[in-house]
Amino acid sequence: MSGLDTTTHLVYLLSAVCFVIGLHLMNSPATARRGNQVSAAGMTLAILTTVVVLADDKSSTATALAVLVLGAAVGAIAGAIIARRVAMTAMPQLVSVLNAVGGGAAALIALADALHHEGSLPLAQVPVSTTLATFLDLLIGGVTFSGSVVAAGKLAGRIAGRPIVFRGGHWVNLGLFAVALACGLTYTARRGGVPVLIVLLLAALALGVLGTLPIGGADMPVVISLLNACTGTAVAMAGFVLASTPLIIAGALVGAAGAILTKLMADAMNRSLLSIVAGGFGTGDGGAQVAPAGGGTVREASPDDAALQLAYASRVVIVPGYGLAAAQAQHELVALAQALDEHGVDVSYGIHPVAGRMPGHMNVLLSEANAPYTQLKDLEEINRVFPTTDVVLVVGANDVTNPAARRPGNAVSGMPILDVDVAKSVLVIKRSMASGYAGMDNELYTNPRTAMLFGDAKAVLANLNSALTAYITVGPG
Amino acid sequence: MSPMLFADITVFVLSLLVGFEVISKVPATLHTPLMSGANAIHGVVLVGVMLLAATIDSPLGYVLLFIAAAFAAMNVTGGYLVTDRMLEMFKARPRDVRR
Repeated sequence: MSGLDTTTHLVYLLSAVCFVIGLHLMNSPATARRGNQVSAAGMTLAILTTVVVLADDKSSTATALAVLVLGAAVGAIAGAIIARRVAMTAMPQLVSVLNAVGGGAAALIALADALHHEGSLPLAQVPVSTTLATFLDLLIGGVTFSGSVVAAGKLAGRIAGRPIVFRGGHWVNLGLFAVALACGLTYTARRGGVPVLIVLLLAALALGVLGTLPIGGADMPVVISLLNACTGTAVAMAGFVLASTPLIIAGALVGAAGAILTKLMADAMNRSLLSIVAGGFGTGDGGAQVAPAGGGTVREASPDDAALQLAYASRVVIVPGYGLAAAQAQHELVALAQALDEHGVDVSYGIHPVAGRMPGHMNVLLSEANAPYTQLKDLEEINRVFPTTDVVLVVGANDVTNPAARRPGNAVSGMPILDVDVAKSVLVIKRSMASGYAGMDNELYTNPRTAMLFGDAKAVLANLNSALTAYITVGPG
Repeated sequence: MSPMLFADITVFVLSLLVGFEVISKVPATLHTPLMSGANAIHGVVLVGVMLLAATIDSPLGYVLLFIAAAFAAMNVTGGYLVTDRMLEMFKARPRDVRR
């Protein structure tokens, strides 16, 4: 091993250490930002080292270097602009796009590497470990790329969020998978060459599209996590293709992160990963049905009544859901919470793991609007607080508060829910009586202790804010 | 199986285990930044694209290289910058936001 080789390996190891420490520092909101910076420092080291390796290795053509620099510059600028401009409500789409480009780049590495081999080395002399890694990289990378593009489209509202199902869809997918598998195994056996790989890539791309279309909006937290895990795995496979340790390590770390989040999200919905990926569940974003379908009386509250109720409470828990993100009402909500807090009310937020469209979506929105993270409580923590809570304010959340989940025999049975119905009273801000993702009525709304505030979350919260301000400044006398 | 490949597989499996261990301790509050931060880490695919550049000399190869480089670089910068932007917002104490 030459001096440069040794140094390169040591620096790559150092970057891997930075990645691990960076992820470790994500254990607490207080250190998380430093963690990301440590990880970025590791990345900078790895990239600079590779620049030195390329400069030392005289075999690359001037055109290749120019193309590399130009491509990287275009991508880096695009990435920086998007990262600065994206709204926090659009984070799920951005994460999907990043999954797509990561998986896409990994797949292209496999393809370009195979092309290069074909020009210089008979396929029979390429080691099976390389051909197998090429197959897996193209399959996983291809599915991740097109699947993430479709997921991003759904999240951004460019493609309908509801499950798009067509007859025989599962058979088509099975067929595509069989084609991809056959091509992959053929190439692994070192037959067929690049044309086989192109058929494999096309089958993988089609599989990604058709596999993601039938999955509905509220299952997106699982889908994004799964695609994240796939991207990591694809990058690790690219690492095997190129025999590059940093790619293998980083890919495995990301694969593990995605796998853990996938499991957490699926558990939080009490649904198996298989049934989520099979798709076709739920209604997407709920229809415009206004009347309660299941009977039972629904009580409506005026903003003044609700504000009074909140001001007199000693403990208020706010339960946000996807509706908060859809209405972009996070600033109004946090302003209300802050006013209550200053009025001496104990305020916290109860956040369900799958609230929103990606893991932790609500926490980011609330932090953006300046809610202190010490007030953000997870499911277990907040369920201990509900029995001693005076008012629960539900904003745009539905299925995750449905008490029917405690009974067997319905669409949400067994799903861990926020036990808001054990609190003394409940206020629900909602556009209409339309059912949630699971397509069933929420028994919480007909509970005698529940009052509804109908309307767009942003407008209703603004009304609540002014009613509360008027009440606090004038005072009870 | 060559010793090199065996070492690579060992590294892969151990990294998976380290990943599981480190990430299972991340609280739900930070799941979104965790995911975008992990996204940024798989931007290391840029290193792979750079190593690949040394072997490419055909027009089709250049096209693939360009797309791969753009994708990977976008992954790196976009991932780290947006994660930093998000984490900057996580505060233990609120500033006064009401006007």
